[in-house]
Amino acid sequence: MSDVAERVKKIVVEHLGVEEAKVTDTASFIDDLGADSLDTVELVMAFEEEFGIEIPDDAAEKILTVKDAIDFISSKQG
Amino acid sequence: MTNSATTPISSGLMAGKRGLIMGVANDRSIAWGIAQVAAQHGAQLAFTYQGDALLKRVKPLADQVGSDILLPCDVTDEASIDATFETIKEKWGGLDFVVHAIAFSDKNELDGLYLNTTRGNFLKSLDISCYSFTAICQRAVPLMKEGGSLLTLSYYGAEKVMPHYNVMGVAKAALEASVKYLANDLGPQGIRVNAISAGPIKTLAASGIGDFRYILKWNELNAPLRRNVTITDVGNAGLFLLSDLGSGVTGENLHVDSGYHTVGMVQVDAAAETGKLLAGMGEG
Repeated sequence: MSDVAERVKKIVVEHLGVEEAKVTDTASFIDDLGADSLDTVELVMAFEEEFGIEIPDDAAEKILTVKDAIDFISSKQG
Repeated sequence: MTNSATTPISSGLMAGKRGLIMGVANDRSIAWGIAQVAAQHGAQLAFTYQGDALLKRVKPLADQVGSDILLPCDVTDEASIDATFETIKEKWGGLDFVVHAIAFSDKNELDGLYLNTTRGNFLKSLDISCYSFTAICQRAVPLMKEGGSLLTLSYYGAEKVMPHYNVMGVAKAALEASVKYLANDLGPQGIRVNAISAGPIKTLAASGIGDFRYILKWNELNAPLRRNVTITDVGNAGLFLLSDLGSGVTGENLHVDSGYHTVGMVQVDAAAETGKLLAGMGEG
């Protein structure tokens, strides 16, 4: 597992208070991990802080699963 | 997590004061910054929240500052505001200060032109972002027998045009004007009414403002202090206005914005970076 993936999953576990085992690549924040709409905004803010990147609104709207987040952040980090 | 840049100093400045904090959403909220500083200086606090999504966020924060009064309040509903203040009266018998950090606009209208503001969103934005403060003051005043301090939050977009701030700028302008009228109405009772015009801070609410990150970076580069303010900076100024340190101050709009409102042009030392920022705008 890449460093980015590990850090993303750690943030998700901490923020949503879910078991690590549930935070799979395909897990949807809302459908599988019980996030509400505010959680999704807070998660994006937490990712921005952790990785020192900016996630514009239109990109943030497409981050629905753990893998979406990992892919977007990896692409920004080049 | 705190955004504290300095070690908290506890002075007892707020000892014996009871305050209602309205508008905490999470630990990035400006109202939370003020609540933390007030609590550090001895204030006893109560919090309101709107809806279960916010309850689960506010509850642990209220616990952190030893508050056991956590009340639901929908500021668009007169009966709900009445109920909040009835509970405060029952629990405390009086009230010394209120912090109002509540605003709303349809996110779709915090982008593009102000010209396109709809009547529905205009009315709702002005109701929640401006009138709610007046409605809250109406209920707070009877509980402030020995004077008090009422504080709301504004932004420079009330005074000057900021991109995408739109109807919220108009609502904040109305709010700032209402602070002056309320201050005049309540002065004879020893009740002070003030606003803090905070520089941009990345809160949950700010995430709804289009291109907010450019506003943040612009301020960081061009404000006299060359940094953005934190919720603790706002909390420190809040302490001044809420405590007896601000005893002679009312009707004021205190800028806590690293001095940005005084600047008329891009800083020479930030010109290159500001240029880069401008070049990046609109690229998404």
